[in-house]
Amino acid sequence: MNAIEQMQITGAKIYCEIPLIPGAPFGLDKLIISEAQVNSWIVILLVTILCIVLTRGMKVRPASRRQIIAEFLVEKASNFVRENMGESFASFAPFIAALMALSAFSSLMSIFRLYAPTSDLNTIAGWAILVFFMITYYKIKGGLGGYLKSFTQPIFILTPFNIIGELATPISMMFRHFGNIVSGSVIMTLIYAALSVLSAAVFGWLPGFLGQFPFFQVGIPVVLSAYFDIFSGLLQAFIFAMLTMMYVSSAAEDGEAAAEARRAKKLRRQNKKIIQED
Amino acid sequence: MMENAIVLAGSAIGAGLAMIAGIGPGIGEGYAVGKACEAIGRQPECKGSVTSTMLMGCAVAETTGLYGFVVALLLLFVTPNMFLGKL
Repeated sequence: MNAIEQMQITGAKIYCEIPLIPGAPFGLDKLIISEAQVNSWIVILLVTILCIVLTRGMKVRPASRRQIIAEFLVEKASNFVRENMGESFASFAPFIAALMALSAFSSLMSIFRLYAPTSDLNTIAGWAILVFFMITYYKIKGGLGGYLKSFTQPIFILTPFNIIGELATPISMMFRHFGNIVSGSVIMTLIYAALSVLSAAVFGWLPGFLGQFPFFQVGIPVVLSAYFDIFSGLLQAFIFAMLTMMYVSSAAEDGEAAAEARRAKKLRRQNKKIIQED
Repeated sequence: MMENAIVLAGSAIGAGLAMIAGIGPGIGEGYAVGKACEAIGRQPECKGSVTSTMLMGCAVAETTGLYGFVVALLLLFVTPNMFLGKL
């Protein structure tokens, strides 16, 4: 039963703590450097190196395979954003592509049995809060009064529910991504432990090292890993980007509708004044 | 000792009950995939868009199940530490 004792499902390991302000609330008293942070730095480095390598020595006429790949990726990303958000949001393509790349590479780290930064809630909470701020910005852009008034629609009694609904957006986004990745890694951990117990039961009578070697762990987890690590991780990156685009573009539409309504009201008032003056 | 046992048993049972939330998304996603297969069978040329829409819908429908999963994780790994530290 050694394998069961060795099996552990924990959060990110904490490497070190840097003291900041003694006795400050909200966790401001110390800066925690955890496994998730270090691994996400590795992901950021990887993505940056990939971008630099792909875009080195670009020419007007693509001569290298690298440049063709880079152009293909950029074109795909910008078409994807244009299709889903409209022409006016074409400048969003780099942000969405960066989000997708970070999420995909982070989730793919678990193939190498490294701690995926996306299986830490804090990483995804950061992205979801960023998206929430963007949504709120585009809603307020159409006018702060209209934004606040939209909470009392259709009747003012529903205000608390509307506020909860507004806060549920980032929470559901982060729990969706986190839950998918963590459930995959929990199942993979359980399967590795079960396979090592099974191989200890079957091959335990072999002498020495051969008796302890987990033969069943070779090859069998690949099938499940393909689904839980690769497919699920890439799908979640896609979904997160897709939802970001949908929420932001619908928020911008709401904001524009509010601004339009305000402009129409102002015009009507001016017309009325002109008519009264006449 | 008794209190520890009660807390551990309660969180384990609660985690099991929380995972009942997995039934709903299972049925829902199965239904969605069935409908997508029907649509592809009727119009094989729009397989790509049907598949991507279906995956998107499945991932969104999965959220309620994942809430249950997160609650189960909290009950298994957070609640015992929180209470047993105090007991």
